[in-house]
Amino acid sequence: METVKINNVTANDLPWKIIYDNERCTMCGSCIAACSFRAIKMKVEKRRKVVSEGNFPEPKAKFSAVPVIRQVNSIRDYCRGCGMCEKVCPNDAIRPERNPDSRHPIITRCLTGDSIKRGGRKNLEGAIRTLDSIRVGRISQMTDPSLDAQRHTFDLLAPFGRILPPGELPFAPDKDGKLITNTATPPVNMIYPIIIGDMSIGALSWRMWEAVAMATAYLNEECGLPVRMSSGEGGLPRRLLRSRYLKYMILQIASGHFGWNRIVTSMPDMIEDPAGILIKLGQGAKPGDGGLLQSGKVAPHIQAIRGVPKTDLLRPPNHQGLYSIEESVQKMFLSMNAAFKFRVPVAIKVAASSTSVSVFNNLVRDPYNIVGGFFLDGIDGGTGAAHEVSLDHTGHPIASKLRDCYLAAVSQGRQGQIPLWAAGGLGKTGDLAADAFKMICLGANGVFSGKLILQMAGCVGNDIGRCNACNTGLCPAGITTQEPQLAHRLDPEKVAQNIVNYFLAMDQEFKKLMAPIGNSTLPVGRADALISTDHAVAERLQIQHVC
Amino acid sequence: MCRIGAIKSLDYIHPSLALKLMRSQQEGHDNSGFAMVMQDLGGNFEPYKHLPTLSMACTDAGIRIAENILHEIGFRRIVQWSPETNDWPGLNISAMPNYVFETFNYPYAYENLGQKEKEELLLDTRLQLREALEENEEGFVYSFWPDLITLKEIGDPHDIGTYFNLWEADDRFTAKIITAQCRQNTNYDIVRYAAHPFHVQGYTVLANGENTFYLKNKEFQQGLHRSYIGFESDSQCFLYTLHYVHRQLGWPLNYFKHVITPLPFEQIDKRSDKKQLLAMRQSLAHLEINGPNTIIGLLPDNTLFTCCDAKKLRPIVIGHDDRMVVFSSEICGVNEVLPDRDWETDIYPGERETIAINDKLEVQRWKQ
Repeated sequence: METVKINNVTANDLPWKIIYDNERCTMCGSCIAACSFRAIKMKVEKRRKVVSEGNFPEPKAKFSAVPVIRQVNSIRDYCRGCGMCEKVCPNDAIRPERNPDSRHPIITRCLTGDSIKRGGRKNLEGAIRTLDSIRVGRISQMTDPSLDAQRHTFDLLAPFGRILPPGELPFAPDKDGKLITNTATPPVNMIYPIIIGDMSIGALSWRMWEAVAMATAYLNEECGLPVRMSSGEGGLPRRLLRSRYLKYMILQIASGHFGWNRIVTSMPDMIEDPAGILIKLGQGAKPGDGGLLQSGKVAPHIQAIRGVPKTDLLRPPNHQGLYSIEESVQKMFLSMNAAFKFRVPVAIKVAASSTSVSVFNNLVRDPYNIVGGFFLDGIDGGTGAAHEVSLDHTGHPIASKLRDCYLAAVSQGRQGQIPLWAAGGLGKTGDLAADAFKMICLGANGVFSGKLILQMAGCVGNDIGRCNACNTGLCPAGITTQEPQLAHRLDPEKVAQNIVNYFLAMDQEFKKLMAPIGNSTLPVGRADALISTDHAVAERLQIQHVC
Repeated sequence: MCRIGAIKSLDYIHPSLALKLMRSQQEGHDNSGFAMVMQDLGGNFEPYKHLPTLSMACTDAGIRIAENILHEIGFRRIVQWSPETNDWPGLNISAMPNYVFETFNYPYAYENLGQKEKEELLLDTRLQLREALEENEEGFVYSFWPDLITLKEIGDPHDIGTYFNLWEADDRFTAKIITAQCRQNTNYDIVRYAAHPFHVQGYTVLANGENTFYLKNKEFQQGLHRSYIGFESDSQCFLYTLHYVHRQLGWPLNYFKHVITPLPFEQIDKRSDKKQLLAMRQSLAHLEINGPNTIIGLLPDNTLFTCCDAKKLRPIVIGHDDRMVVFSSEICGVNEVLPDRDWETDIYPGERETIAINDKLEVQRWKQ
């Protein structure tokens, strides 16, 4: 029998406690096999039982050895509350229970001398979400008829690429009164207003990434929804780079430049242009911090795609060598534009910040019309791995910052010239159509979403501390892992089907929001369609306050 | 719902005809006002077609303020006409003290300048007058443009007609084109500027409907041109877009329809001019309209046209004979003005059409 001292790490120090019912357990072992964190183990416990078998009380103590399932008391192999044990137990004999008295944040730092890292979203829940205090309140009645979501046609596309000011369109009427042009204009792709956000091969298992890519291709080719997927910064399989499906991919370049060697060397063999280039300067979930791929996830195929050895891959927080917006425009945008011979739009992704409007203003005033999209990523977004302190305590909510950028464009008469794409916790409650629609009314051309895609694939993580172990490479759903045994838990075709179905449902819901306001095209900037019951939100976002 | 109408004729016509056109549709509107723009003027104004006429309703102080400004700029008055009014008791009209229609010579400094410079001066002067009179609500300046007169008033259209003596046809106050509507703004405050038709630099627009992209249009238009102001009605946005597309960008009229109700992306994709249409849709995304609308527009070259929203949610019909074309929200309006026409030739425009009538009354139908 092991001796436990009061200062040892025990289950009541950890964020989750395993509740186990020995009476119901058949010792089938399913829970232990399912626990990717090795947070439960089988052991044998000594039991003392007093029995009296005769007609008169003659108590005797009987001792027996009983096989049981027990929680591992470790700050490395601790229970993340993923609940896989509960899912697979045929007899309801085991489940994790949240421990409100957890000392985990303290003891982990005390014992490791290292900052806490995890995946997921911000885990500090406060007031209700801004978007949930907003409703679509301008309903068509009488003077303008509502449309019919089932029967009318809707035009739901958003631009990716630099839009010229109308006065700079190189059009002139010919002798027959037809407008003609002989000059090149910046490349613009019209795409579905929801982009599958940047998640790399590396952060995701190759099977998960493939599932997302499959869903993207299916949505385009079979469902008629021109959905685009951002590669994330981790390169792409060469087979995809050389395929016609490349046209559905937005290639991301970030400060680590991971995977770009392979992309550049594949260029001569490309038969399609990618949908766009996204230069990532920052991420909403860990603003000011670089990406983090811990060595546990740098499997041989990841080393090959990224061209790196097996080591922690810590992306620098900045693009080294860029010290000003002018330089970024000059160096990165022009080189990316030139690489694809000015056929592929190039956009930028930044973390939402108190300074976002300044950055946006600099880009929108650029006289060369280079930047083809401003991707603004707010706090509340998910990530594969970050320091917890960054996740919980840095960043800027997306709603007001997106609105600020839009209104900055309005005040200069430049709305729409650099398409605004917003993210950061959108779809957090499962209703991406509603969140996206509200953001569009506030001024976004479209939105991008990552974490929700993982949830479609079976991610059980949530924003109150459940699982969030994407950084460990031990994802119990096979989503953010490179362990073959875990990755094979995920069925790529089933995941692709889930994603496709979600998008089809969302597309219907989008129309259900468009129809009552009587609009058949995206109501970008139609803040008059929104109302809020929260006075502060209404005032800040310049929408109507209602009560 | 609004009712709108327009008459374009080879002969000079009197506003009584426009009143008849609109009164026949009175069950469809709320009879809360009457407003019209007359272009290609006859009668008293015929000799001065090349010179700008100021249309204004104001107080006595307003007249003084306006005349001082005009005098200072150097405009020289040539002819002045004030309608004889019948201020009978019981008339439902919120009349202003003065209705001024004055024609001016250009300032000497502008006499040898080009048309464009003169047109900019007229616009700047109107905006200056509007601002000066707005301060203490001393008056409303509707238009200052050659060969064009605007009259707007709040009240019952029949009584307004009586007040201005418009029911009695004569040959002193006539035009070849009259556009009119009989309803004050109901979406926003009732102010005279909110009544259609609206006018900027020779462009006149009136609309029946509701522009649900009003906020988008307004926020974008505010920065496009100094004359895009007021926005007392969501229909002003149509005028500003027409002015911007046709005059500022210099695009032919049929592209106005492409800007306000662009083709669906999948149709654009099949067109030979898809590059232009797509770029237009992207760069002018904030000038797109939504909601139910029918628009009647009048260009400086006297072209009268109509088009509507992309789903054809508001009506319009065009009837014509050899000497006259009538646009009307309801067929009863056309029947009133042209009872003997061949009604089989009436035109009911489609949701993707622009119908334009030139000075020879030739009908052009452009499919978008």
